[in-house]
Parts: sequence; C-alpha cells; structure tokens
Amino acid sequence: MTHAEHTHSGHHEMPFWRKYIFSIDHKVIGLQYGITATFFLLFGFFLMILMRWQLAYPGVEIPFIGKALTETGALTPDLYNALGAMHGTIMIFLGVVPMAVGAFGNYLVPLQVGAQDMAFPKLNMMSYWVYFVGGVVMMSSFLMPGGAAASGWTSYPPLSVTANNAQTVWLLAMVFLITSSLLGSINTIVTAVQLRAKGLSFMRWPVHVWAQVATAFLLLLAFPPLEGAAVLQLVDRVFGSSFFLPSGLYIDGAKASVAGGGNPLLWQHLFWFLAHPEVYVLILPAVGVISEIISTNSRKPIYGYKTMVYSILFLGFMSFVVWAHHMFMTGMGVTLSSFFQATTMIISIPSVIILTTLLLTLWGASIRFTVPMLFALAFLPMFAIGGLTGLPLGLTASDIHLHDTYYVIGHFHYVVAPGTLFALMGGVYFWYPKITGRQMNQFLGKLHFWLSFVAINFVFMPMFLMGSKGVSRRLYDQTGYSHGAATQSWNVIMSTAAFVLLLAQIPFLYNMFTSWKWGKKVENDNPWEATTLEWAASSPPPHENFPTPVEVYREPYSYSPTSRKVRPQFSQQEA
Amino acid sequence: MMEQLSNAWKNVLDRKGFDYGLPIDISTHGAAIDRLITTLHYFMALLFIGWGIYLVYCLVRFRDREGHQADVSEKHFGVPKYLEMGIVIFEACLLVFFSYPVWAKLKTDFPDRANSLVVRVVAEQFAWNIHYPGRDGKFGKTSIDLIDGTNPVGLDREDADAKDDIVTINQLVVPVGKPVIVELSAKDVIHGFFLPVARVKHDAIPGMTFPLWFETKEVGEFQIACAQLCGVGHYKMMGQFLVKTPEDFEQWHLDEEKALTE
Amino acid sequence: MSVQIPYIDEPHPVTGVTNAKLGVWLFLASEVMLFGALFSALITLRLGVNDWPHGYDILNVPLATLNTVVLIFSSVTVVMAWASLKMQNLSRFRTYMVLTILCSFIFLAVKAVEYGHKFEHGISPATSNFYAIYFVITGLHGLHIIGGIIVNAYLLGPGSRMWKTQPERFTGRIECAGLYWHFVDLVWIFLFPILYLL
Repeated sequence: MTHAEHTHSGHHEMPFWRKYIFSIDHKVIGLQYGITATFFLLFGFFLMILMRWQLAYPGVEIPFIGKALTETGALTPDLYNALGAMHGTIMIFLGVVPMAVGAFGNYLVPLQVGAQDMAFPKLNMMSYWVYFVGGVVMMSSFLMPGGAAASGWTSYPPLSVTANNAQTVWLLAMVFLITSSLLGSINTIVTAVQLRAKGLSFMRWPVHVWAQVATAFLLLLAFPPLEGAAVLQLVDRVFGSSFFLPSGLYIDGAKASVAGGGNPLLWQHLFWFLAHPEVYVLILPAVGVISEIISTNSRKPIYGYKTMVYSILFLGFMSFVVWAHHMFMTGMGVTLSSFFQATTMIISIPSVIILTTLLLTLWGASIRFTVPMLFALAFLPMFAIGGLTGLPLGLTASDIHLHDTYYVIGHFHYVVAPGTLFALMGGVYFWYPKITGRQMNQFLGKLHFWLSFVAINFVFMPMFLMGSKGVSRRLYDQTGYSHGAATQSWNVIMSTAAFVLLLAQIPFLYNMFTSWKWGKKVENDNPWEATTLEWAASSPPPHENFPTPVEVYREPYSYSPTSRKVRPQFSQQEA
Repeated sequence: MMEQLSNAWKNVLDRKGFDYGLPIDISTHGAAIDRLITTLHYFMALLFIGWGIYLVYCLVRFRDREGHQADVSEKHFGVPKYLEMGIVIFEACLLVFFSYPVWAKLKTDFPDRANSLVVRVVAEQFAWNIHYPGRDGKFGKTSIDLIDGTNPVGLDREDADAKDDIVTINQLVVPVGKPVIVELSAKDVIHGFFLPVARVKHDAIPGMTFPLWFETKEVGEFQIACAQLCGVGHYKMMGQFLVKTPEDFEQWHLDEEKALTE
Repeated sequence: MSVQIPYIDEPHPVTGVTNAKLGVWLFLASEVMLFGALFSALITLRLGVNDWPHGYDILNVPLATLNTVVLIFSSVTVVMAWASLKMQNLSRFRTYMVLTILCSFIFLAVKAVEYGHKFEHGISPATSNFYAIYFVITGLHGLHIIGGIIVNAYLLGPGSRMWKTQPERFTGRIECAGLYWHFVDLVWIFLFPILYLL
C-alpha cells in the first residue's frame, strides 16, 4: 500500500448524520436515492389518481380532498394541466431515473465489480444532494401563485415561455436534476471501468453493469443539450430574449413585445435530443435488472451474453439518431422523415434481440417462480407490447393518425410502468436480502404482483383503443368531442383500475418496511444462489463491502451442468 | 355528484361508451394509412401471440421441480435468427411500400391549386380561424396590427383581394370530392390541427406556415380536434368540420358572401 | 478497516489513466455536448433569419483578440505549472499558477468592459437573438472561467498542502485542472471566430 492511498475512516466511528444523512457510502446513498425516489413515484402516481378522477367523472368534486384543492372541489383545467406536467416530470426525472440509475446503479455497480465504494465517494454524495435540492425546488413550484408548471413535461415554447412563473422554477429544478445526473454518470462509468476486481474483464461484467454503463453514457452525452436548452428558455423567460419566439406573435389579445426571430422547433430538437435517449435511460437499467433475475431464477446462463451486450451498446448509440420521430408532425419533409423512420426501424432490431435472448434463456431452464421472477416474467410480454406499439408511431404514415393521441400514452407507459417499474420492483424483492439480510414476505409479494399485473393492464390497454379512435392526449375533459364521448366509459374502467393499482402498492410498502425488522433472516449471503459478485459480500455488506479483496474466476451466469449447484464468479471451485 | 357518478357507471353497465378501432375514413388518402395501421397490428398480434405461446410453454415445461435439471450447455438456435431476419425484411417493406409512398404523396404531390379549395387555417388560443379567399381565389392582405375581436386573422378589408374573403371561426366547410389545400399557421402557441375522420394531422406552429392537402369522399358533420397541448382551453379547442355536397357548399358560400355585403 | 479506492495516484494498467483523469475526460465530453448544443442553436437561429448581423460590425474585435491572446498564454502557463511539479519544483509551479490566475482575471476584466459597453447602450438579451446568444454563450464561458479560477486558486493555496504528503496525486490534480483549463480555452477558440469574425 502506498502512502498516497486514499482512505477514510470506517463507518462505526461515525456520528449518525455522517453515517446516514451526509454519507459517502455508496450503499447508503443508493438507499437515500431509493427512498426519495419511492416517495416521488408515489406522489406522481397520486397526482395521476386526481387526474384520473377528473377524466372518469368530469367536473365532479373529488371526494375528501377536493375542497382543499379548489373552490368547487373539482379539478380546474389549469390545475389539470399543472398536474399533468408535474406527473410526467416527477415520474421521469424524480422517480424512475433516480430509482433505476441512482438507487440500483449506486448500490449495485460497485458491488458487482467488486469495488469498495464508488470512485468518487464525495461526488456521489453531492449528486444525491443536488438531486434532492432539485426535487425540493420542483415541489416548491406547487406553491407558486397560479400553480405549478402546466406546459407538459415537454415544455414546448411558446406556451412554456409565456406561461406563469412556475415554469421558471421548473427550469431551475431541471438544471439541478441534470447536474446531479451528470455527476452520477461520471461516477458510475469511472467506478465500473477503473475499480474492477482482479480477473473481472469487461466481458465478465454482469449484464446489469453493462446496462448501467451504457445508461451513464446516455445521461452524460444527452443531458447537456437539455441543460443548454433549459438555459436558453430561462433567458427567454427572465431576460426577455426570443430564442424560441418567432416574429409576429399575437398572444392574449396583444402583439407580443419581443424581438422575435426565434424558432419554436429549436427547443423541440434540443429537448428530444435528450428525451429520446432518456427513453433508453429508463429501459436499459431495467433490462439489466431483469437479466440478473431471469438468469438466477432459471438456473442457466443468459442466452447469447455477447449478443445482449452488443445490443445494449448498439441501442444506446442508435438512441442518439432517432429523436426527430417525435416531430413528424412539425412540417418534416420527405428526406428527413425517411431518415428518421429508417433509424427508428433499425433501433427496433436490437430491442427485439434483447427480448428474444431473454425469452430464449427460458428454454431448457429450471424456472423458480419466486416473486422477483414473477415480475421479471411479466416484464417480458409488457415490454413486448410497449415496444411493438412503437412501430405504428415510428412510421410517418400511421403516425399521422396516432400522433399525440392516447395511443402514444399507452405505448410509453407500457414500456415504463409495467416494463421498467415492474423490473425495478422485481429488483427490490431480489436484492432486498442483500441490503437487509432478510427476505421480504413471499405471500404479500405475490399478492402485490398479481393485483398490480391485472390492474395495470386495465389501466393502459384501453388507451390503445381510445387512441386509435383519435382521442387527443392531455384533454381535461374529452366528452366534448364525439369520439371522446364514444369512448368515455373506458376512462371509468381505467380510473378504477388505477385506483386498484394504487391500493395494490400497500402490501408492497408494508412488506418493504416491516421486513426490514421482522423479515425472515437469510441463511447465507447468497440466498438465491446467484453468480455475481454482490452475493460474495455479507448481508448487509459492511461499509467497505469486501474486507478482503474479491477475485473473479469466470464469466457471470455459470451453473453446474450436472448438479443444481451454482458456480459464482467469486468461487474458484468448479462445483 | 352521486348522480353523475351513477350515470357514468350506468353507461359502463349498459356497455355504452366503449367504442374502439379506427374512426370512419372520409378521405381519399386515408385508406393507405388505415391499411398500414391494420397490417401493423396483425403483425404485432402475430408476434405477440407467438412469443406468448412460447413463453407459457416454457413456464410449464421448464418449471423447477424435483429431478428437473436446467440444461446449461451453450446452445445456438437458428430459428430466432430467421425470425429476426424476417422482422427486418418486413419492417423494410413497411417502410418502402407503405409509409414512404403515403408520406411522399402527402408532402410533395399537391393537387393543382386552380382546381382545389385553398383555405388558410390560423390557430389561436383556443379557436380555429378559417380564412377563405372568396371568388377571386386570392387571399387578401393580413396584418398583425389589424387583429381584434371581430377580425381574428387581421384581414385588411381595404385590400382589393380581401373584399370577398370569408373568415369563419371554428367552422371548416369543404365541398365533397374536391381537393382541399390548407395553409396552416398559428398566432400564439403550438396547436395540433387534427381531423380524425380525414386522417389529417399537423402541428400549427407560430412563425411558420405549412401547406397540407386532403380530399373528402363523404358528406357529413365532423369535428376539428386540437392534438397539441396549447394551454388551459386545449380540451375545448374544437371546431366543426362540415363536408357538403358541391351544391350545398355553393349555397353556403353565397350565404357567407351575402353576409359580407350587409 | 477502511475504504480503499485504487488508481487514485497511479494509472490503471488497462485504461492507462487515473480515476480523476478518466472522470475529467468524461466531464469534458459532456461539456462538449453542452457547448455543441448552444453552437447548434446559434447556427439554427442564424439560418432562420435574413438579417443576422455580423459580429465584427457590432462587437469589439480588438478586445476579444486581446482576450484570445491572454487565454492562450494562460494555457501555456498552466502546462508550465504542471511541468514544474513534474520537475519537483513547487515554487516555480506557484509562479506559473499565479500567472494563470492573473490571466483569468485579465480575461474577466476585459469581458466586463465589453459587457459594460453593451449595457451602457441599453443592449440586453432582449435586444435581438444575436445579442441573446452572444450573452448566453460568453456568459456561460465566463462562468467556466470563474470555476477555473476557483479550482486553480484552491490548488495554489490550501490544496497545495497535498504536495507534501501525496505529490503524485497532487500533480495529477494539476493535470486535471489543466485539462479543464485547456477545454475552456478551446471553447473560446471556437467562440471567438463564430461570434466575432463571421
């Protein structure tokens, strides 16, 4: 050991606030991310419950809490738009990404590469707290006069530039959140690349590590343009410039007093240059989590590990050249649209390959129907629906009819909700014994799974039917349209199912909190008989994860061909 | 409150309000779009059901049980490769034979302006202003300085070309069987001009004017919808879309002209 | 028991870099995307209108040229600072670091004069999109200069105590700060012709 080796003192000497609040331990920071993101996910879901009430029963007072929100007790169109914008923003930037990247990435990547901590522990702490501040700033926009930002999570100008001051708060919060993601992604990449245990070559990385690294690159390279765009919109709003405001605007019964000469589409290009890779930021970590769960619970290697890895990398790369398929309806000519349609079709190929490799892994397996495996198995058809319904949206001709309808909402929710969120819930059940040393209750887990699985399909499946009828998204009340009225009863079903889905999370939360103390203790550090490095650490792992350095002897996902035994990466024996 | 709730549920129980599928199509180009959507959904269903059967089969046959041992030998299956090749070829076909032609036709193959009805659609929060050129077929000058409550597009009535121009609010009237060219723009924020029954959708973006065209083949009363979030009144930014017989259209045009001179 | 993080002062045998250096390169990659986005915004805006002004007509080119020279000079001094450490000469390092920071302040002072002239004439981002993008890009670049000053001042002052205990790690830090400083310089090298000369 050289005298220059960086050290910091062990956790047992630390006061509470150093250990749990301003911790530099990646596991504690991962849990902080997880708990904060869980709160935001529930909050974002709750906003949607309010909106779904309005959609099912337009103009009817919301029971119990309605009077606290508005004078009449029913949502106003203003509030509806604000809730919609905040639902999207919170779910994506404060919920799913911090959960997938912040919590899972932070907790698992160092463990899975056999490191003692992240490469830059203090930077790691900073990225959490910057995220936290961003979240608080975003929440504070609810307190602004006139309500929270209401221009959609996409914040298209000129609507967003002329909106009330909550939009400024939204932009500020985004700058914080983006900064946090940048810090986190640098940390993840450096950790995964530099701190690998002895013997852990790149092609021995678990799929989850590959997925997290690919995700980190997407965040690193796609987020800055949005940060730039947010700065431009801030300057538009605060200093009165016209980056996104064309000449000759006539707003609110008067000529807009701006210099003009800007371009509203500039925002859309900058925004979607981030927001399409963002879709893969949402899905790739989920693919990583699913791969771990499926391999472990089917007792066999991932079919085509290399194919999987290359698909993930190719997907990450391609995600930078498809963004304008969100903008087919903005006057795109033949050449550009042909290019973006072609890239969109190309990007569907690695997605299909990933799904196929996961499905083929099941062939000849010995499938254990544990709770995490149920979520992982449900992920496959749900992700398939989400992916397949992307096809009609990626072709301009069919997109003409389906663009900006409920079909789009159904499509991306199938990817993110029963897709990513199911994967992450499965991940919680899967790694819970590692984090706490205790198992979550399997019965409550199964209850949670089946209720959620049924309810979530009733929430999102009717959206395709409504969308194909042509019902536009973001409508406060669709019954004014004839096609809206003709499909209104779906809304009643969807809203009821959404409420059931909310209730279905109660056993999950109860399970998560009570098992911490009263869950069944695991008998050893590798209760699922998994193969990757995190299972070499004790449960819960100590501050330095591996008191003696681990060494890696083989590829991940290695199982004995003749017995039911496992051959972990960290075990020298051939078993 | 309870009444509205029970009404909603009465509809559910009566199986009312559960419409699904594509709306009727009254445009000449819509069939190609519908064919693509339908083909795609058959393809998606086929893939999904195929995967589903395979998945369920695996779950049953390869479930963990006494004496069952996973086969961990490294296998390589040929079928998925062919399946993926098939998907690639199919998607390429969709692109080249279905999507590209429709888009190219809509974007470049515009009907002759002389034989079409040319209208300007100017979107604003929260209405659709329709500007007809009148008999002379020429749009009168417009200016932002002239916009007010009674003159939503800022038409300069002093201009010679503007004398016979007709401006309607939230009412797009077109003759059946005649191509319509829409010049789409917006005054304030981005709106989405959407005619579900005519398979027409395009964003109306301030500072830009986009030409689009369609041709109807059925008479009827339909709606213009807004597809893009445009503010607090987005949900009620709907207009009438009236497709009339050539005679009825002529009559409507005459009535509007008469109203101008009065 | 304590947490030990390897490759802090010696390069990783496979990647050939220390953690910090890899981190800085990644950070710079994201910075490239940030400024790249702003430059693309500039190009889009410029192509979208007919009356985009020429920078040399309305901006102060001589002052900006002076600033270019100052920044290039500071890039040289920051390399010399690092080289001095490599040659185990802390006092020479200090001299060069002071020079670097001095250059940064000169740059900011010149910039302040330029901004001052604009404000005197009532010019703000609201005036036109040319000025708006000018203020945003130069402003953001200015913030990066200030960030550089803070980092360099820290490394010159309290941070230099590390030289006594961990000289290699300290040299690595100076190298990383230097990389960042070169990047800030490079942004200006792009920014100067695009905004002032075209």
